[in-house]
Amino acid sequence: MTDLVQFYARNSQEVWGLVGQHLSLVAISTGIAIVIGIQEVWGLVGQHLSLVAISTGIAIVIGIPLGVVLTRRPAWRGPVLGLANVFQTIPSLALFGFLIPLPLIGGIGATTAIVALVVYGLLPIVRNTYTGIAGVDPAVREAGRGMGMTDWQLLTLVELPLGFGVMLAGVRVATVVSVGTATIAAAIGAGGLGVYIFRGVAMVNDTLILAGAVPAALMALAADGLLGLAERRFAWRAK
Amino acid sequence: MTAALEVRGLGYELPGKREGGRGGHLVQDVSFTVAAGETLVLLGRSGSGKTTTLKLINRLLEPTAGEVVVAGERAAGVPATQLRRRIGYVIQEIGLFPHFTVERNVGLVPRLEGWPPARIAARVRELLALVGLDPGGFAGRYPHELSGGQRQRVGVARALAADPPLLLLDEPFGALDPITRVELQREFQALEGRLDKGMVFVTHDVREGLLLGTRIGLMHEGRLAFLGTPPEFRESGHPEVRKFLEAA
Repeated sequence: MTDLVQFYARNSQEVWGLVGQHLSLVAISTGIAIVIGIQEVWGLVGQHLSLVAISTGIAIVIGIPLGVVLTRRPAWRGPVLGLANVFQTIPSLALFGFLIPLPLIGGIGATTAIVALVVYGLLPIVRNTYTGIAGVDPAVREAGRGMGMTDWQLLTLVELPLGFGVMLAGVRVATVVSVGTATIAAAIGAGGLGVYIFRGVAMVNDTLILAGAVPAALMALAADGLLGLAERRFAWRAK
Repeated sequence: MTAALEVRGLGYELPGKREGGRGGHLVQDVSFTVAAGETLVLLGRSGSGKTTTLKLINRLLEPTAGEVVVAGERAAGVPATQLRRRIGYVIQEIGLFPHFTVERNVGLVPRLEGWPPARIAARVRELLALVGLDPGGFAGRYPHELSGGQRQRVGVARALAADPPLLLLDEPFGALDPITRVELQREFQALEGRLDKGMVFVTHDVREGLLLGTRIGLMHEGRLAFLGTPPEFRESGHPEVRKFLEAA
């Protein structure tokens, strides 16, 4: 140990020079790799985001009205939520497989992936819309009706605003699940960060797998955090 | 002059036969009239049909028999939402909208009726002052920032907002602590004198009924067992009336 210290002390100028050379080699090569890679990564991140955004958007547009209908038609609740549950149990790779031969919604590419992601996103959104509205204090609902609100006014002025926090929690779950499931969409040619993961698996290259998995995980965490903040902001509780 | 409320042969039967003596009749053959400025107290045990009767009046439940006439107009002849906007409704749980300020809560029916905002604001201020809340201090607050007594004052103000000829109150002071309850009963008594409205006030508290009612109707097993002024009520020999007076 003391020998080593003495060696460095004697040759300090040369050592610093070598360290400098080494660092600049690493920096330049990494820089070149990043510049080349970054364009591809951003492209894949963009694809991934648009898969998630489009599918979650469609799931919201279908899911929220469906959840509202369930609060008005309690008899439909069992069958509809049951069906959504059944879809949830189908493994995503299998669902992609089922969809590929179908006309219009199937085939290879983003459309099929979006259809599958919508199917997965529906359950949490429908269920939480129902739960959020059903959880509104019955006294508040009775007061609203007793004061002469129409069903539409009761829904838009009272039930949706009060259930909004719970509904948003459903959207949050749907979004996070969608970020994760969208990685598998690469298997049917829909692109996204899954491209790196599948490529890494095929080439037995851990770095490549992580190159896809880490941004996907960060994206999921970011979506979860942002929607969580919004959810707390809108959580109205009747105290 | 037309009465604020006329109820004739009102009945409500649950669909499907129920077990028990009443065969599914929650309310049967109830008739009374409430003039403007008069408060009819509906007294009775739990399950005697008092609340059901109120809900039949504003059509939260649809009567299966009889007729309700509010300020000269048949209740069944107008859309239920229209009818309810002309009937103030106060419930024990109050049911203030937790996401609305006091101002928006009180101004709800005028807003549904499409009043201009300036008129709503003026009306809200007037009503808050009427129920003893300082408009400047309370208009912008949310219900969870109020005490139980203050909330129920807001509930009463909200029911009065569109100046309805008829007010229905379902045990409005039932959930309050005894001191606040007495306070609100006194204020309500003063309010009764100033407002020229017909009121139907449901309670199971005899003392409250005798204090606030110009007439008392005793509900028993879905029927109106007794109807008369407080002195008549005290003198009545009806067994159910006696039981209530003994319990007081």
